[in-house]
Amino acid sequence: MAIKIIKNFFKRVFSSIFRNKKDIKLGFYGPPNAGKTSLANRICKDFTGEEIGSVSKVPHETRSVQFKEKVEIDYKGKKMVFKMIDTPGIATKIDYEEFLKYKLKKKVAKERAKEATQGVIESIKWLDDMDIVVIVLDATENPYNQVNITIIGNLVARKIPVLIVANKIDLRKADIKKIEAAFPEYEVVGISAKYGKNLEEFYESIFKLSKKI
Amino acid sequence: MKKGVKKKDLGQIKGFSIQFIPYAEIRHLDSDERLKKILRIVLGNNILILQGKLKPEEETRLIGDTMVMIEHLKDFKGIELAVISGDENESIFDKMKKGIANILAGGDLGAITIIGPATIVKEIKRNPKKIELLLNK
Repeated sequence: MAIKIIKNFFKRVFSSIFRNKKDIKLGFYGPPNAGKTSLANRICKDFTGEEIGSVSKVPHETRSVQFKEKVEIDYKGKKMVFKMIDTPGIATKIDYEEFLKYKLKKKVAKERAKEATQGVIESIKWLDDMDIVVIVLDATENPYNQVNITIIGNLVARKIPVLIVANKIDLRKADIKKIEAAFPEYEVVGISAKYGKNLEEFYESIFKLSKKI
Repeated sequence: MKKGVKKKDLGQIKGFSIQFIPYAEIRHLDSDERLKKILRIVLGNNILILQGKLKPEEETRLIGDTMVMIEHLKDFKGIELAVISGDENESIFDKMKKGIANILAGGDLGAITIIGPATIVKEIKRNPKKIELLLNK
């Protein structure tokens, strides 16, 4: 009996250590306002009941890297544990005056711009630490944006598996085909993070990519 | 200029120039020196047209350095950046041929990189067939 208890204890300890190592670091990257946090929130809410961060119409709402540990995604009977990493949108320019259009006060807008520049630097630094990256693009915007190409180029160079998500497919202007044409070598999954549309296909693709790590 | 078109009708964009740099100018520079050279040109209110393209990690470093400069330099709002590569639809054989040529030359000479300060270049509109530079007035 005592041996059985000791055995079970060690089994629990070792399995928890092993599970920690196996948590897959899932990063959400992309330009500002594409819906990275909305998608991460949707997943976290579904599987942990908690959100990862706040969302806003004002660009650069996420200005520092946000995490959610131990998110166990249960899809069609398969389970995988992820560490979700939501990153600030990457941009090549940040102008505080852009924020004034959203009726922010000048001082607040300037502070937001300053934090946003630091957020971009932080996002770039984190590229090295990802196991899988989801590139979240706004399907209503032109995908031929150098930031998207630069991020993907870096992930390819680091041999990190990439999934491209075309978000906001609930909007009439959304054009997934344009995104597929821009990135023909990658799988593109069209979703609506806001309404939780087509997330099954997204989970399917994530589980598939997880095997490539 | 067409007869009857006054100079002022063409719009008044002042205080910048366009610089073309052949790849040979940066081939022997390390990443630090390349980025310094590029940023020096862009910060001098110039639009840079560079033959070839940077490595992916140099591009991200350029973005990172740009962010640091936005924080520290008054009136600098960042850059607009676009890279146009050669024909994506070419055959594997053509790609291999080009690959060997690029290895010998040291960079993708079929590509063109355009970098401009955001205060001058409003947007670089890109689609597979054309590229448009929209300037701030």
